[in-house]
Amino acid sequence: MKRRNFIKKTSLSTFTALLGVDIVFGNLLPAGYVPLALQQADPFTLFKKDKEMKVLNDRPWNMEAQAHLLDDSITPNNYMFIRNNGLIPTTIDVDNWTLTIDGESVQKQKTYTLSELKSKFKHYTYQLTLECGGNGRSEFNPPAKGNQWTIGAVSCANWTGIRLKDVLNDAGIKENAVYIGYRSADTHLTGDVDKAPISRGVPMSKALQDETILAFKMNGEDIPLVHGYPLRLVAGGWPASASGKWITGISIRDKVHDGAKMKGASYRVPCKPVAPGSKVKDEDMCIIESMPIKSLITYPKSGALIKKGRNIEVRGHAWAGELGVSKVEYSIDYGTTWNDCNLENPANRLAWQHFSATVGFPSTGYYEVWAKATDTENSAQPMLLPGWNPKGYLNNACHRIAIKVV
Amino acid sequence: MNRKSIFYSIVGLIILLLILFINYRKQVQEHEYETIETTADNDGIENGIHVNTGLVDAAGLPLVIAHCTGCHSAKLITQNRLSKDGWREAIKWMQETQNLWDLGEDEEAVIAYLSKNYAPTAKGRRDVLNTIEWYTLED
Repeated sequence: MKRRNFIKKTSLSTFTALLGVDIVFGNLLPAGYVPLALQQADPFTLFKKDKEMKVLNDRPWNMEAQAHLLDDSITPNNYMFIRNNGLIPTTIDVDNWTLTIDGESVQKQKTYTLSELKSKFKHYTYQLTLECGGNGRSEFNPPAKGNQWTIGAVSCANWTGIRLKDVLNDAGIKENAVYIGYRSADTHLTGDVDKAPISRGVPMSKALQDETILAFKMNGEDIPLVHGYPLRLVAGGWPASASGKWITGISIRDKVHDGAKMKGASYRVPCKPVAPGSKVKDEDMCIIESMPIKSLITYPKSGALIKKGRNIEVRGHAWAGELGVSKVEYSIDYGTTWNDCNLENPANRLAWQHFSATVGFPSTGYYEVWAKATDTENSAQPMLLPGWNPKGYLNNACHRIAIKVV
Repeated sequence: MNRKSIFYSIVGLIILLLILFINYRKQVQEHEYETIETTADNDGIENGIHVNTGLVDAAGLPLVIAHCTGCHSAKLITQNRLSKDGWREAIKWMQETQNLWDLGEDEEAVIAYLSKNYAPTAKGRRDVLNTIEWYTLED
């Protein structure tokens, strides 16, 4: 807080102090605080990410994949997007890490050590799709504020842990329970320890699903620090912000959780459709639950030059929040005609599904291959941007790649 | 020498004096703080961009650096495009929920800088695919 106080005291009126911001404040920083310019030496090494990943923000850290990096059936860490609202915890004391279940609707507040959680409750592994609510935000017009995600804020890794419902039931759930809300060990950007960077949650119905887990492994290994080590709530198919990282507590609430980023325009969209650019009152905004039907072409990489007469394999993944994917089609003529792709079943509920097709082109020239997925309730992806909303969430418009036949 | 370069020379001199002064003061008073290497810092302007932050060099830049980059990266600014109202709303939201202080008389200058240099461009309902990097897809 010292740093902010210093700015506050001196910057409002004095020109000189403002100009010196980088160097002057650098000399006055509290011990242990590493300035951004030095901190960001190599995020790819720091987080073990592929060099082709795109850094959107370095304080807080936000990084996304590109479509072709997401070709694996199960997303490995090096291609997994990073989304942070606050600062990553710097020290994790695994031996003394605890999870407290509390809240208005808990029968008896209970605290568990990590080893208790691991030994007391049965382990499960699920492949779970996690997509940032704001994935695709960069395309909205008028633009929406926030990290300008393009298409790469989605992953589908294997998560191993214990069912949240087993832990909640162990502590006891009162009949009036409505929602759960998480607490986590990350810190607010300002360094204000009384302020949570994010504390979101899900209704009891989602909390009690088999696949909603408290995970301690990702793809068979300890969860990487940036993705929530040592304990992460994973609620697949919902905005990934519901899957809190570095979890230290879960409150069973008797009302809709009201933690940080549950109100206002955060992870909420207009309850009824609005015209682009509209101002929407808080009371007219509704919390995003299941993510919409979407797909991504992960092979080939956009920009492929191919020889005339050659057929190519096009493949990718499709997912539909709480639902399944019933169909994926492709078009090489801007939606004039659509052809079915082969579609695989998911590894389990809430995992993405792989699609593929062999695609030929009638002549030389510029083509775009568009993919369109349809969910089990018959909702399909729009080719244009879906309904505008103030924060640019839920862009599930069709993905497309450029191909030139030469 | 035009007026702009004279201005920057004076500004540079002020910064230098300020650094010397602060360093001196630090030696005397600030024992609880550690000196941090600043070799990676580049407070200069290259091609109209402030190197350290990536922000456009224009009227109001120092105010924006001071008020906006204390808590979050300048990348949160440079990747966004908002109208005057949009930037005003963003500041209001940060004040209401993220501990941002009252910008006082600086607020209008900050908003003017942001809305001038980071204004939205009309992009329609779906943009064309741009920045395609063509490559030969091997068999």
